[in-house]
Amino acid sequence: MKRYLIIPALFLVALAALVWFGSVSAQTPQPQPQVPVTDNQVNAVAHELYCPVCENIPLDVCPTQACAQWRELIRQQLGQGMTKEQIKDYFAKQYGDRVLDQPPLQGLNLLVYILPFTMLLGGAVLVWRVLRSGRNPSAAVPNQPAPIPPTPADDAYTRRLEDELKKMK
Amino acid sequence: MENKQTAIPSVHAPPAEAAARPRQLPAWVIVLAFLVLVGFLGLIAWGLNRAQQGSIQIHDAVPSFTLTGFDGNDYKTADMAGKVIVVNFWASWCKPCEQEAADMEAAWKTYQPNGNVIFLGVDWVDTAPEAKSYLNQFGITYLNGPDLRTAISQIFRIKGVPETYILGKDGHLANVKIGPFSSVAEIQTMVDPLLK
Amino acid sequence: MIPIFGVGVLFLTFIVALYGVGAAIYGGYKHQDAWVESARKAQLLTFPLILLVAATLEYLLLTGDYQVQFVFNVTSSSMPFYLRLTALWGGQSGSLVFWSLLMSTFTFAVTLRKWERDREFLPWVIAVCMITLAFFVGLALFAENPFDRVWQVGGAQVVALFAPAGSVPVFPADGNGLNPLLRHPGMIIHPPMLYTGFVAFVIPFAFAIAALITGRTDDRWIRITRRWTLVAWLFLSMGLVLGMRWAYDVLGWGGYWGWDPVEIAALMPWLSGTAFLHSVMIQEKRGLFKRWNLILILLTYSLVIYGTFLTRSGVLSSVHAFAQSSVGPLFFGFIGFTFVVSLALLLYRWNALRSSDENKMTSVLSRESFFLLNNLLFMGILAVCFWGVNYPLISELITGQKVTVGPPFYEGATGPLFGGLLLLMGIAPLSAWGHSTFKTLGKAVWKPFIVSVGVLVLAFALGVTAPIALLAFWLCGFVASITLYEYGRAVWARHRATREILPVALWRLAGKNRRRYGGYIIHLGVVLMALGVIGINMFQTTTQGTIAQGQSLTLGSYTITYKDFAQWDTNDNRNVARAVLAVSKNGQPVGEVYPRRDFFYESQQPMTIPGMRSTFEDDLYVVLVDWQSISSDGATFKIFHNPLVSWLWTGAFVFILGMLVAAWPDREPEPVRVTVKSTVVVNQAL
Repeated sequence: MKRYLIIPALFLVALAALVWFGSVSAQTPQPQPQVPVTDNQVNAVAHELYCPVCENIPLDVCPTQACAQWRELIRQQLGQGMTKEQIKDYFAKQYGDRVLDQPPLQGLNLLVYILPFTMLLGGAVLVWRVLRSGRNPSAAVPNQPAPIPPTPADDAYTRRLEDELKKMK
Repeated sequence: MENKQTAIPSVHAPPAEAAARPRQLPAWVIVLAFLVLVGFLGLIAWGLNRAQQGSIQIHDAVPSFTLTGFDGNDYKTADMAGKVIVVNFWASWCKPCEQEAADMEAAWKTYQPNGNVIFLGVDWVDTAPEAKSYLNQFGITYLNGPDLRTAISQIFRIKGVPETYILGKDGHLANVKIGPFSSVAEIQTMVDPLLK
Repeated sequence: MIPIFGVGVLFLTFIVALYGVGAAIYGGYKHQDAWVESARKAQLLTFPLILLVAATLEYLLLTGDYQVQFVFNVTSSSMPFYLRLTALWGGQSGSLVFWSLLMSTFTFAVTLRKWERDREFLPWVIAVCMITLAFFVGLALFAENPFDRVWQVGGAQVVALFAPAGSVPVFPADGNGLNPLLRHPGMIIHPPMLYTGFVAFVIPFAFAIAALITGRTDDRWIRITRRWTLVAWLFLSMGLVLGMRWAYDVLGWGGYWGWDPVEIAALMPWLSGTAFLHSVMIQEKRGLFKRWNLILILLTYSLVIYGTFLTRSGVLSSVHAFAQSSVGPLFFGFIGFTFVVSLALLLYRWNALRSSDENKMTSVLSRESFFLLNNLLFMGILAVCFWGVNYPLISELITGQKVTVGPPFYEGATGPLFGGLLLLMGIAPLSAWGHSTFKTLGKAVWKPFIVSVGVLVLAFALGVTAPIALLAFWLCGFVASITLYEYGRAVWARHRATREILPVALWRLAGKNRRRYGGYIIHLGVVLMALGVIGINMFQTTTQGTIAQGQSLTLGSYTITYKDFAQWDTNDNRNVARAVLAVSKNGQPVGEVYPRRDFFYESQQPMTIPGMRSTFEDDLYVVLVDWQSISSDGATFKIFHNPLVSWLWTGAFVFILGMLVAAWPDREPEPVRVTVKSTVVVNQAL
């Protein structure tokens, strides 16, 4: 009876494996610095930096003169052969970690990476327990032998009946 | 109305409420829940307080800091204790800064022989080549250096450039100028009283 | 005089709202219907009052009374009529009045419903609504008053409501004008939609609080608020989509979402709101998760006001943020109060919220389980967003180091979760309430599954090789084919049974079970939007270059040629520089685009509007880079190629359609008189 599910399950496993290997092996090709450095190469680096002055504006779209100066700086540094990582490190050292598009993986910053994951895991455990408890009907109190009118508290039907009665006063 | 699958009571009726004692919510859960909430609110209050603070206030003590000059050397304000320190924040891309640049240099020249006044130019989020050409353009000779990692501007909690903070001999903030100075005389009226 | 009138009516609204709170609480606590009725009338009265305030402010905006500081800040004589009208929400103080107006509209509407069956809720619903309204009106009155005027005292200018001693009114000749970024159709409807979505959540929240206070924690409060929640969620969703469209059209960044803190602040209530929307269905069908549903609605509303606080208090800084003011501390007090009261009430009633023992989760593959997983994933995304938004604040407080949490973090963390939601969206409709097995699910799924594999093959054939993209496309195909299959199967069955022609069968079927089929359409809309998101996020390419007139730039199969350039001053005080570019694809000319740069003289701010060629296949998006010189001798252009992005907007339309189907009111069933033998009644009704 599980025939129906084997093929899609295998398929999903294969796809998942592909995704995993794909993401692990994919490397973003480093642009080889050439002279002259193109706008696109500058933008590729600037895209991962934020304007040190204006708040939360990526460096490749910031229109201020200061940002234009920073992009020129990136252009020069690319021309000198610095890699994207080296340029980002330089900017962080000069202007603070705020210019990076992700908090560096150290110290207190690990909190922002770990906490959401921990909460998700905690939620998954909770869901698992709820699903488990539902499969043990023996956990419920045993039934009584004789039919007794149920107490009003838990029964949605009787509740509604009571409402209607109340309405009629 | 759509079909509603209400639980129709079975012939074996569910047990009466009294038979199953409801589990009381343990006291520690309640306490923990409130603690977490209060902790979170406290954090936000702290942040709000910070945001509302504004710049450093006059008479506040200014922590000592280190300025790495464009010449590559480190200069600690702790070594300048007992002197009046004029901390001027500027940037090469800042147009109003240019208005006061010449005046600042002239004022520095008047105080330089005295020896009790130090002018520190802090270059805020700028690029070195443009900064150096700015200094050359206005012939500025007093000490200048980049505000690495914006550490110094964060001490003063500046909102922009140009801003000037004058520290008295006791290391406390004595005077503040937001915006460019209009004349050498204005600088002198702020510095002279502190030299007594 | 008119500003004084406005302030007076605003103050009156404040008093009436406070009275409503007092009367409602007293009447509810002492069970005195007269007081509750009085409170109800007070709530009704607040609506025309605040409407009058808004009308007064609009009058000042439209006639250009520049002595009023708010009018000065957001309008100018060169602005067209419709912009002056919409400038009401162009600044902090006006938007507080606007917010109050929207809230009052909803509280007015809820007061008009038939309350006979729910008399016990009424005082508490009024109390919650009026406390909230009083707060926002109070903010407008005491913290950021839109009627403040500018006066000259001695040598200085002072801003105050009433003339200070020895002052002279200042009448500026012209105003500053609205921020150029806000002068766009998207910006005109985005705030109203978003604010409507936010304030509408106060109604389900009020009922939830009322349910907790009165102890009526069965699903009555959910049934009442079901449509309100749907409406709130619809407006919030549309507000978000409109914001995306505005960002895409106007910012010139080539994208629609920047993971800016203020964007996330608006997204968070949407996440818990969507979880809530799904989770209440479990309570309605199976009586489960009473506590969880209450937690969700309390959380959603809390996130609404927390998000508003973040945006307006100056705690976060962003492109969106309003200027700092005393709004912050007052807002914080309100948030603290709301959070503490909500938590206290929830814990107080915790034991009464036990679900009935006989309704348990009996099957892992039942629809309840899938909804539970849906909730888990939404909460996971919410956790990511919450910590991402709050962490910069925490970091700065504790270590003194400011950090930015940007797109790589959010996209990396939420991507798989959104993918999981997409998968659930496909499978969940196939499962049954209460019980499902692998076999039943498998039987339901294998035909659409084959179709989805076909989609995958198609994607591969079209040149998609990245594994994640393939997976994402497969998911879209899977969900779409299941939804269409379910729909088609039901329509076919109905057609066979009733002999109606297919379109009629479709219509009647949707009418019979609006929520289910509306839900299917919404899911289809989401799939289309997901298609757009995948296209632009995974396959966007860009290039930038400086060319002179007559030269060309190439991106992929597209070539743009710089054909013409013109620059002129408009009559609404801006300078327009416009380039004409010819677009050709694979050598064939396909049209022209007109990117331009508008420079607003009043505010000395530029704005770059991209030129776009949109088809269902892709968008070609060209921006004039305005920090380089622009002329026919040379201009810098940035080109984006955004595949499939039009499906994002199309999907949103389908989404609205589905919402309308789902939310369309059913005729209330008439009470049916049934004559039944008494013995049967005893056995079955009890």
